[in-house]
Amino acid sequence: MPSYLFWLFATIMLIGACAVIAFRNPVSSALAMVTSFVGLAALFIGLSAFFVGIIQILVYSGAIMVLFLFIIMLLDLKDEKKRASNGAPLFAGLALVVVFFIQLIGVLGNKLPHQSAPELNHETLATAAARFPAEGKIAISLNDGRLPDVHLIGHTLFTEYNLPLQILGVLLLVATIGVVVLSKKSVGSDASVQSDASKS
Amino acid sequence: MPSLNDYLLVSGLLFSIGLAGVVLRRNIIVVFMCLELMLSAANLTLVAFSRFNTVDSLPDYDGQMLVFFVITVAAAEVAVGLAIIVALYRARQTIHTDELMTLKG
Repeated sequence: MPSYLFWLFATIMLIGACAVIAFRNPVSSALAMVTSFVGLAALFIGLSAFFVGIIQILVYSGAIMVLFLFIIMLLDLKDEKKRASNGAPLFAGLALVVVFFIQLIGVLGNKLPHQSAPELNHETLATAAARFPAEGKIAISLNDGRLPDVHLIGHTLFTEYNLPLQILGVLLLVATIGVVVLSKKSVGSDASVQSDASKS
Repeated sequence: MPSLNDYLLVSGLLFSIGLAGVVLRRNIIVVFMCLELMLSAANLTLVAFSRFNTVDSLPDYDGQMLVFFVITVAAAEVAVGLAIIVALYRARQTIHTDELMTLKG
């Protein structure tokens, strides 16, 4: 990715992130978060992580943003009031962030060499194709000089990371059931608790 | 071409902004959004390291696997968290953190 595009998308992302914490209306914050994540997805695509960029847009800008907006409108929130002049939390927060940022600069200042990313051109991709079956889609794309990002991720996901993938499926099932249980009307659960109490 | 340092700097800035939001904001939903920002900053770091650390002249896909899992777990976490917020709002009619002080000593 050219440098100017990197800085453009990084600026969009950071301005969006600042807007999330600057807006008082939660709906504006949710939309600013989407702006930030679209910039982030562009950075992912610039790093040739096409699949991650696409699911960043699909999952965050699609699903999670809609979930946030749905909850905000369900709860019918008012704008946050100007809070009473209590400087201690503000100072603590800013001090924490400044300390963290100074640490970051200290780490980045002298350790890492300033080099650009390794090339992914026709020759390097063709050398990588030797690891895969010659007539498979991955090797064909690599020999054509394209990076078959989705195929490679699928290959890795279903060979090396198969067990974590299955566990993730169980986690999503548990989360679904948990959300249903949590958001049931509390009247029913109160009644069952009272009936349990009356039995004992 | 931007270097690895640029990516780490931008991701650290994003993490700092998210952290500032978690500490400064009072609305639990906005605090949740800032948590998502912090997770995304970690994702950006992982993808950058994966791209800059080539294995056999391909990007290191182990890093992108971790990003995939982080995004999935974050989605599940948001669903459960928002359900908790709805339950909290039903019980207390507020989601501002400075009005929820039952545990304050």
